[in-house]
Amino acid sequence: MSETMTGAEMVIRALQDQGVEHVFGYPGGAVLPIYDALFHQEKVRHVLVRHEQGAVHAAEGYARASGKPGVVLVTSGPGATNAITGLADAMMDSIPLVCITGQVPTHLIGSDAFQECDTVGITRHCTKHNYLVKSIEDLPRVLHEAFYVAQNGRPGPVVVDLPKDIQFKAGQYARPLSNQHKTYRPTVKGDMDHIRAAIELMANAKRPVFYTGGGVINSGTQASALLRELVQLTGFPITSTLMGLGAYPASDRQWLGMLGMHGTYEANLAMHECDVMINIGARFDDRITGRLDAFSPFSKRIHVDIDPSSINKTVKVDIPIVGDCAHVLEDMVRLWRQGAKQADKGELQEWWNKIEGWRARNCLAYKNSKETIKPQYAVQRLYELTKDRAPYVTTEVGQHQMWAAQYFRFDEPNHWMTSGGHGTMGYGLPAAVGAQLAHPDALVIDIAGEASIQMMLQEMSTALQYNLPIKVFILNNEYMGMVRQWQELLHGGRYSQSYSESLPDFVKLAEAYGGVGIRCDNPAELDAKIMEMINVNRPVIFDCIVDKTENCFPMIPSGKAHNEMLLNDYLGETGTDIGSVIDEKGKMLV
Amino acid sequence: MLQMKTHYPDATRVEPVNRHTLAIVVDNEPGVLARIAGLFSGRGYNIESLTVTETQHEAHISRITIVTTGTHSIIQQIKSQLERLVPVHRVVDLTLTGEAVERELCLVKVVGKGDHRVEAMRLASAFGARTLDATLTSFVYEMTGTTDEVERFIKLMTAVGLVEVSRTGVAAMARGAEGIM
Repeated sequence: MSETMTGAEMVIRALQDQGVEHVFGYPGGAVLPIYDALFHQEKVRHVLVRHEQGAVHAAEGYARASGKPGVVLVTSGPGATNAITGLADAMMDSIPLVCITGQVPTHLIGSDAFQECDTVGITRHCTKHNYLVKSIEDLPRVLHEAFYVAQNGRPGPVVVDLPKDIQFKAGQYARPLSNQHKTYRPTVKGDMDHIRAAIELMANAKRPVFYTGGGVINSGTQASALLRELVQLTGFPITSTLMGLGAYPASDRQWLGMLGMHGTYEANLAMHECDVMINIGARFDDRITGRLDAFSPFSKRIHVDIDPSSINKTVKVDIPIVGDCAHVLEDMVRLWRQGAKQADKGELQEWWNKIEGWRARNCLAYKNSKETIKPQYAVQRLYELTKDRAPYVTTEVGQHQMWAAQYFRFDEPNHWMTSGGHGTMGYGLPAAVGAQLAHPDALVIDIAGEASIQMMLQEMSTALQYNLPIKVFILNNEYMGMVRQWQELLHGGRYSQSYSESLPDFVKLAEAYGGVGIRCDNPAELDAKIMEMINVNRPVIFDCIVDKTENCFPMIPSGKAHNEMLLNDYLGETGTDIGSVIDEKGKMLV
Repeated sequence: MLQMKTHYPDATRVEPVNRHTLAIVVDNEPGVLARIAGLFSGRGYNIESLTVTETQHEAHISRITIVTTGTHSIIQQIKSQLERLVPVHRVVDLTLTGEAVERELCLVKVVGKGDHRVEAMRLASAFGARTLDATLTSFVYEMTGTTDEVERFIKLMTAVGLVEVSRTGVAAMARGAEGIM
């Protein structure tokens, strides 16, 4: 049954039909008709951000905390270009988004009109797909198709660029019976022969390890449940990427912690020494593999990924399985249960003994202090004091992000939101806004750095406007800490431009926004102040003054392999100059 | 032989580089060619030739023929990356389907008098080229053949007064009864 309505009304109706509850956006000339259509209804709630990049990050945070696609609405020209960083971020981390951008009317396209830009041209490389809608007849299909494309296969951002004249034009709207794309059909079921071969390989493994990633989270909570089942059935150790934290409970004994550049000693050595690697929903990112020609030299590799282009991209695998994690895990669990032959318990025990030896190295230990707050201690206390409330944690990008990943422990999926692939400073605050909207009663914390937070600070205003009691916990070391750490490693400790000069008074700043500011520089007061933060039902900026010189360890330096990690006590034990660790070739890498 | 790039400058593997012809069936929608060309430039792949036209008008489907070079793993990656694009229906590596039929058309203009002119006519007839235009001082020839034949034709014509070349790039099709739609 079709109805006559304008293009702008179709946009809102399509959002309603898709069950969208929140739209993150910012109005402007080329989207005024859509904002007018928003005005006449109450089902879709608009969240007014203060910058379009913030809108996209908020939608990302919302998507990851809720498991539903995030929706963004911005105007043409600067509205669209401001959204680019967020779209690129969502593309790298495979976050399902639909971003509707206004465009100048069709007859002005190409004339360098006011606030015109080639949105589909600019966003082509940082979206999964995009559309320029030039006819009202196409609009209902495109809107629904955008949601299908964003969510199916490997998820990603989809842009719908909508010229203003199409927004005004009247046409027929009907919800398509199925909002599938006419040809886009990603493979979700894995090839059974390959899955059987994988189970066979796992059953004969002597030193197996699961290496899982964001694909498990993206596949839904069912995938996490199946992963837990499979890991527990097999008794194998499991490590996860930054994006995959929470899919397997960090409190479990089989969990080795995060792997990669700042991963744990036991996780990275298990990767290095394993004979069978089971990669589920991760993509052999360069932060994970370290030096490629020395990556996991003894292993046969199984790789489950919904995106065929992830397979054999940088690391060759022996058994590729293209499919959705939940579907493949379901088959794996079933086959493992049926399989008579199980992994040799004796050999598995030996493997575990070895791992326990590495674990006993206690790689995350650090020297605590009574005078200054160590950043690791701050995150640990934050975790201990909030873990009962299953908080949603977002981060910015840098040292604080790695400390959060190392010392905050996640037992459930969708509780951890960070910018992994794109590494976008400024992600955390708007993402916390999105996460809090998805879970109004939950505790939402943005673990931040004093440099990153200033990149999207304006979104404090959004938090205030919508009464979102997010907690911004700044590990303030007055440095762009990760830049400083790399300058120590690569550039003789010449801290070129990495010192945070002229910092604002974050307490007063919080108050200026109408929120609550708390400062703490004394380890003895930390617990009480964190409790004070949690107990305030308003947005808080917590300025945690931490040790200015602390570096993030363990670390696999650039161009090194998993078994060449630097540990926290590296300097203390050997007295080696940290600046000499990375060779000339390693210095070229990022 | 080409050194394959990795993240790490000293971790290089040497694999043979081959020329592959890919047939890509796509929805003929605005921007689809930019998407494909952009994928090649953005990820650092080669395009030796690219040909595209709508082949099924009712269904708005185009067929793109791309000739590219790369190691086996790069060609695999190109294929996977192309298949990831939403408007791409199918990617067929014609080089792997057996000896595909490949043809290219070129137009060449030669200008000259006397012996050069006579030689140009002889060469054209030897290559089976058609004369599309003639003046007292010039010819425009149309020649169809494999890329190698076209190259040879152009090289010879250079010696007898070639002034302009226009080439279509490769159109290709697998041999045998099976069709790609």
